[in-house]
Amino acid sequence: MSKLTRRAFIATGIVAGGGLAVGIALRPGNQIKGLAAKLGDEGAGLIHTYVKIDSDNVVTAVIPHSEMGQGAQTALAQMLAEELDADWDQLRIEEAPAIGEYAMYAAGRGYLLAGMDFPNLVIPTVDGIMMRVADSLNMQITGGSMSVRTTGALVMRTAGAATREMLQQAAADAWSVPLAEVITEKSHVIHAASNRREPYASFAAEVADMTPSFTPTLKDSSDYKIVGTHKPRHDIPGKVDGSAQFAMDVQLPNMLYATVVRSPVSGGSVAAIDDSAARAIAGVVDVIVIPEATVTNMLGDTSSGESVAVVADSYWSANKAIKEINVQWTEVGFESVSSDGIFAQFEADITAGTERQSDYEQGESESVFSNAAKIVDADYHVPFLAHTCMEPLNATADVRDGRCEVWIGCQNPLGFRRDIATVLGMDPENVTLHNQFMGGGFGRKARPDWALQVAYLAREVGRPVQLIWSREEDVRQDYYRPAVQSRFRAAFDGEDNLLGWENTYTNKNEPIEAPLIPYAIPAQNIGYVSSPVHVPFGAWRSVDHSQHGFFTESFIDEVANAAGKDAFEFRAELLKDSPRHLAVLTKAAEEAQWSRPLAEGRGRGISLQESFGSIVAQVVEVTVVEGDVSVDRVVAVIDAGIAVAPDGIAAQLESGIIYGLTAALHGEITIENGAVVQSNFHDYQAVRMNEAPNIETHVINSGHAIGGAGEPGTPGVAPALVNAVFNATGTRVRQLPLNRFDLNFQVEESGVVG
Amino acid sequence: MSTSFWVNGIQQTVDVDPSKPLLWVIREQLALTGTKFGCGIAQCGACTVHIDGEAMRSCVTPVSAVEGKQLTTIEGLGLESGELHPLQQAWVEHQVPQCGYCQSGQLMSASALLANNPNPTDTEIDEAMEGNICRCGMYGRIRNAIKSVEVASSLDEKLFYNVAGVDHV
Repeated sequence: MSKLTRRAFIATGIVAGGGLAVGIALRPGNQIKGLAAKLGDEGAGLIHTYVKIDSDNVVTAVIPHSEMGQGAQTALAQMLAEELDADWDQLRIEEAPAIGEYAMYAAGRGYLLAGMDFPNLVIPTVDGIMMRVADSLNMQITGGSMSVRTTGALVMRTAGAATREMLQQAAADAWSVPLAEVITEKSHVIHAASNRREPYASFAAEVADMTPSFTPTLKDSSDYKIVGTHKPRHDIPGKVDGSAQFAMDVQLPNMLYATVVRSPVSGGSVAAIDDSAARAIAGVVDVIVIPEATVTNMLGDTSSGESVAVVADSYWSANKAIKEINVQWTEVGFESVSSDGIFAQFEADITAGTERQSDYEQGESESVFSNAAKIVDADYHVPFLAHTCMEPLNATADVRDGRCEVWIGCQNPLGFRRDIATVLGMDPENVTLHNQFMGGGFGRKARPDWALQVAYLAREVGRPVQLIWSREEDVRQDYYRPAVQSRFRAAFDGEDNLLGWENTYTNKNEPIEAPLIPYAIPAQNIGYVSSPVHVPFGAWRSVDHSQHGFFTESFIDEVANAAGKDAFEFRAELLKDSPRHLAVLTKAAEEAQWSRPLAEGRGRGISLQESFGSIVAQVVEVTVVEGDVSVDRVVAVIDAGIAVAPDGIAAQLESGIIYGLTAALHGEITIENGAVVQSNFHDYQAVRMNEAPNIETHVINSGHAIGGAGEPGTPGVAPALVNAVFNATGTRVRQLPLNRFDLNFQVEESGVVG
Repeated sequence: MSTSFWVNGIQQTVDVDPSKPLLWVIREQLALTGTKFGCGIAQCGACTVHIDGEAMRSCVTPVSAVEGKQLTTIEGLGLESGELHPLQQAWVEHQVPQCGYCQSGQLMSASALLANNPNPTDTEIDEAMEGNICRCGMYGRIRNAIKSVEVASSLDEKLFYNVAGVDHV
């Protein structure tokens, strides 16, 4: 533990019997100067793990989260600057290096102490809430819509306030004035009575020798000047002139380029290879078989799979050559699996109900259904989905003289560093990871498979190597949003009151509450069956909410219709005891003018979904002409508690909605002969400008605990869309994507039994 | 075999396979990394550059096809004065980029559109921009940013001289 600094442990973990007991720990000695060295030359002026103050009084916020466009770095800096009373116009933002001092103990502390819902990415299994200490020491994950609500709320605010208090103390000491009379404003300490005003930088040296408080006095939200205001994102200027550096933009002397291919059926290895044609292509340096490597961390196992790489003087040469390689892959037993077969398996497993596990039960479900006057039932399906970040997976590595240097854009820099070290047999201290801007992440870049490939290649070649995946490899070797089937039954009494809700679906992941509903229904029985598939699982923006939002918010619409009630009124009636949900839903209906009649062929649908600590309601308007659906308008309302960066929240809602709309309209990965069929944007389409609806966002600043923003916009758009299609056409869509559905084919609304 | 062309006003001569796509010549040989690789099959628009003022997908354009031509990449989109192009300013003003990876291509398509049509309709914007995918889904902001520029500068044609390509060389 000698490398740890006391200042890093504002919120920290201590080992206890293999699990994580969470508390506050102080490490002996002041090693801030050691940490400053790790931050490079720019580390000069480090006075707190998360704060640097340079001699020209520029404050730098050191942010332990990576940037993939979600804007969290700016929002986190706002939280730090607020408590520090920093001058925003003179503030810089820097991503923390991938070293242990910046591991995310806050997440664990937030979960265990504050009772927050735990970020989905860090729970390996349903039951696995215990963090192993080795993992907590290597966790620097950006995901789960948690940066602002955990790191921001628990670390950045504390760091800012603690630093401010030290500056006040240092000034009071130097000026021999009462501490209570020293105030702070715009990166200056001020003593009005003696007319003194000094920049923070004047006291940086003194502060660096002080011990920060773990419990500084935090501001009341009514005093906020920076949090809750619109601050332009610091990363945007570089993203309009081509200067923002992504991993693929790294160019090193003597660098070679590589590309890879893995077995079409996940898990296959090289049985035989003929690379003679590839080696004959100009510019090809080598063809290398990268052995399978598996690393285990809190996300579960990640296998790099055995892969074939071409190393060349250009990506173009490498990509040309790899198409000329004939590889015979070993059979792994899934060669006859198809999507149809997978869905048939789901159907059988749900029907058999074998070893059904319960998520939630209340009331007397069995008797409610046996005595029901009316029962409505329905089955829903969603397909596998790929992430297709705009930036195909890529990384650059240089492995020489017992050291490894990697340039990569990833969602867990510290974890990736550890995993690379594991594969290379190195001490993590000898691996330096330079995290770059990510060209999208969406969960894909939390899996280190491509990082393991590039590290191996660079070591084998002995020169810097830039690995670039083709888009085809990116689509076919993803960790996929799972395909899921979900079966529902709803029970009514003789007066169309909803008394019972039964739901059984296939395969549970995270977050555990995703299939739960906010509605006051007396009897509920929600659970799942296990129906394993060989297609590798990945966290995909909003994870299990992405499918359950569609399932539950579509079925509640069916239920409302079966009861002969308006979709909004029906929901509102069931939310009488949930004022936050009701307020969000009502606001969406009002903003969308819910009851205003629409022209023939047009329809309106609504949805409500709570996820990642935020509540989102959406109203979608569609026009359906001869079975073709166009999405005209989306009204979205979010209650994310305290809105730290209101425009950032709006931007995330817009983004999450388009991401979810792409899935709802087009998204489908199909499996044939055990392999993924789709390969690029021509057969795995994304919503484009011509399909993008007008999105109107409304942010409710409710003052509740801070919620997430990156993911909560995604789950609710698909159900609001199909509900709007039903409203326009009378056709109920229970299977995505919508473009596979023949809207001219009339489906009976809900099977009604009894 | 060598190929010569102009990039952002500077003459470049490269000695590469003439079938090598322009994208990889721009990135690997010229070290202009603002132009991005997204799909390799002209489906996403991340690699868009101007060739003689027209928005083209550099990932499917062999370098031999630009012999003697005028190219503009994102690095050359700004005005000669050093100011950002009005669209780049609008992109900042409207906080358009999220991950930012597609935005060079978006800006190159949008600037080619406005150079030829300072007041595009929504349909014309759709047609000009639908080749550019944004997985962060910032289409609404892109549309608003384009429209803010068309209003502001429709009378000031010289703002777009750099986009049109050749006058300033």
